[in-house]
Amino acid sequence: MAEPDGADARLRPNMPQLSLHVPEPRFRPGDPVDFAEVDIPAAGAARRPDTADAPGGFTELAYTLVRVLDDAGNAVGPWDPKLSPDRLRAILRHMVLLRAFDERMFRAQRQGKTSFYMKALGEEAVAVAAAHALDYEDMCFPSYRQQGLLIARDWSLVDMMNQIYSNTADRLQGKQLPIMYSAKAAGFFSISGNLTTQYPQAVGWAMASAARGDTRIAAVWCGEGSTAEGDFHSACTFAAVYRAPVIMNIVNNQWAISSFSGFAGAESTTFAARGVGYGIAALRVDGNDALAVYAATEWAAERARTNAGPTLIEHFTYRAEGHSTSDDPGQYRSAGEPTAWPLGDPVARLKQHLIAIGEWDQERHAAQDRELAEQVKAAQKEAEKNGILGHGLHQPLDSLFDGVFEEMPWHLREQQAQMMAEEEASGRPWARK
Amino acid sequence: MTMTESAEPTTRMNMIQAINSALDVMMDRDPDVVVMGEDVGYFGGVFRATAGLQAKFGKTRVFDTPITEIGIMGVAIGMGAYGLRPVPEIQFADYIYPALDQLVSEAARLRYRSAGEFTAPITIRSPYGGGIFGGQTHSQSPEGIFTHVSGMKTVIPSTPYDAKGLLIAAIEDNDPVLFLEPKRIYNGPFDGHWDRPAQNWSKHPAGEVPTGHYRVELGKAAIVRPGEALTILAYGTMVHVCRAVVEESGVDAEIIDLRTLVPLDIQTIEASVKKTGRCMIVHEATRTSGFGAELSALVQERCFYHLEAPIERVTGFDTPYPHSLEWAYFPGPVRIGQALKKIMKDA
Repeated sequence: MAEPDGADARLRPNMPQLSLHVPEPRFRPGDPVDFAEVDIPAAGAARRPDTADAPGGFTELAYTLVRVLDDAGNAVGPWDPKLSPDRLRAILRHMVLLRAFDERMFRAQRQGKTSFYMKALGEEAVAVAAAHALDYEDMCFPSYRQQGLLIARDWSLVDMMNQIYSNTADRLQGKQLPIMYSAKAAGFFSISGNLTTQYPQAVGWAMASAARGDTRIAAVWCGEGSTAEGDFHSACTFAAVYRAPVIMNIVNNQWAISSFSGFAGAESTTFAARGVGYGIAALRVDGNDALAVYAATEWAAERARTNAGPTLIEHFTYRAEGHSTSDDPGQYRSAGEPTAWPLGDPVARLKQHLIAIGEWDQERHAAQDRELAEQVKAAQKEAEKNGILGHGLHQPLDSLFDGVFEEMPWHLREQQAQMMAEEEASGRPWARK
Repeated sequence: MTMTESAEPTTRMNMIQAINSALDVMMDRDPDVVVMGEDVGYFGGVFRATAGLQAKFGKTRVFDTPITEIGIMGVAIGMGAYGLRPVPEIQFADYIYPALDQLVSEAARLRYRSAGEFTAPITIRSPYGGGIFGGQTHSQSPEGIFTHVSGMKTVIPSTPYDAKGLLIAAIEDNDPVLFLEPKRIYNGPFDGHWDRPAQNWSKHPAGEVPTGHYRVELGKAAIVRPGEALTILAYGTMVHVCRAVVEESGVDAEIIDLRTLVPLDIQTIEASVKKTGRCMIVHEATRTSGFGAELSALVQERCFYHLEAPIERVTGFDTPYPHSLEWAYFPGPVRIGQALKKIMKDA
């Protein structure tokens, strides 16, 4: 066995001994939670630079929090997007719909109707408010937790559920893991299970749009944990070099499965600060404040549309559920964290604001909750007519070979024939047509 | 099962527990062994393979990493160059591709290019394979990509006993080893009948595992079922599926569990095929350029004049791993059974 070259401190007794720092989150299961150390700047305090300004002139925005809604529910400061009550209500409605959808589909997985699900609980503002600030024609490159983009673009819930169930009406023919949607008509790129691969792809899309003199911009999302992937850094380099018209969102929800944000570098700096090193305009935003998310996205979109270059936005938020249906967050973090999160609940905060300005009330909110829960329930009923996972109502068996190539080569045709012969011999449940 | 050094006492383990035990034993014996990867520390890994290790050995020996597979691989190589013996985990084999450059161009060639000054004594653990409704990003069998790379070893266990002994041998090996864990059989052997109740390891003889140190040598296959009529070459999950098919068919097949793909136990294969005159190769991975192609070429080169039927390859299809139709993709009892009939047609 090879001997370490310098493993023994006695080799150089007059030198200080090194030690390895391994990050540790502040709270583990059973610990009382106190987020007093999380620095929360006052709403309205961050300045709003002109969208034409060079990124070097406002780097402090990467280290603060752009916030619009204060504790009383007022919209304050230069980042207030001054939205109409109708727009505010639409954003609220989409966030509530997303939450109802998540709740129902999470339960469907627990009931064995599908194999997998991921909720966006507590992060609804990040995707929903961004979708409202973008044009419908702008291209989105989501990670697996931005189903809010589809909801906010009024995409069919039944279509999403069909995908979740891998059923006969699943446009993706049961080929993808549940929630790995693809909806080109809604400007929603095919989701990959591999992390951050969409980041350079979004930059490429934006570069192509610019090269063609198009008017559409791109937006992309990843989690804070995924910023460690090389793809993220390659994307930043290309975006900066070519001043790509792209909005690069980092959803800092504090947890990457069981790894807290410290394992992606949060102990040393912010994630928005990643942009500073690349010379990319960078904002750090209260991700549970729908108005701040909207305002930051609108500002970044304006920069992109005027050839002022890319913007990196860190959305500071909290993943209130487990990573997916496959993990139990009670195993690795304190159960007190979600409720103690100092930036509150994005739905409650926007609701409070609408009530504060006299454009909403508790009764209407409760009625909307019921209405949207019913809407989701009805959609589920509709989707389940097309089948649920594993109950023999799948797409035609030979579709397994569709889409590997545009035209099927001989070896796949041969394998397809082999599979159909197996099918004859097997009497599998999905043979029932 | 080849026991080269036995240790008492034994206890029942599933494959996860056996892997955990191998890591535990090696960390106890060798302070150079370190475990790293996404979620492997406090949480103990998404499959629980590293559960309890951080509490026992501390955070500088068992630690979570940033989510960057190429970073994990490069850092493991650097720690190996220092003199440690890292055991990095890639959470799913489907996520190993970002690490490809560090694995292929660096770990596998470090010894060669430095004339032995530097080596990469690392063991990369990674769950692989399908049958768990994992879709195309949690189901792949990429072993053929790595067996193609010179300078690294590829090991795939099929039982808890072998998993522990092979993992210990891999960690003690001074070259980089890719240790692929068939996650479909973490909790029990699988006969390929997905619609039958799941088995666990409690009744399987290889679920009885020594609690201490022992090695299952790399490069040694195991004849898991002796027979005269044909030779079946398999590894991982497919060993169990083949066994069930053979028992149901009544064909007197000799089933060889390769256990190590590189370096391959060619002597055991050659002796068996020369005896039986027939060879069937079974793997879950896609067919084209799969490891079965290499096996087929080797058998043809060495046993051509003994063969009484064309070599049969039974594999996954050349498509991405599907979600809903995964059992149509999986080379299960029907596909293996049909190949068995074909190869035995003129017997």
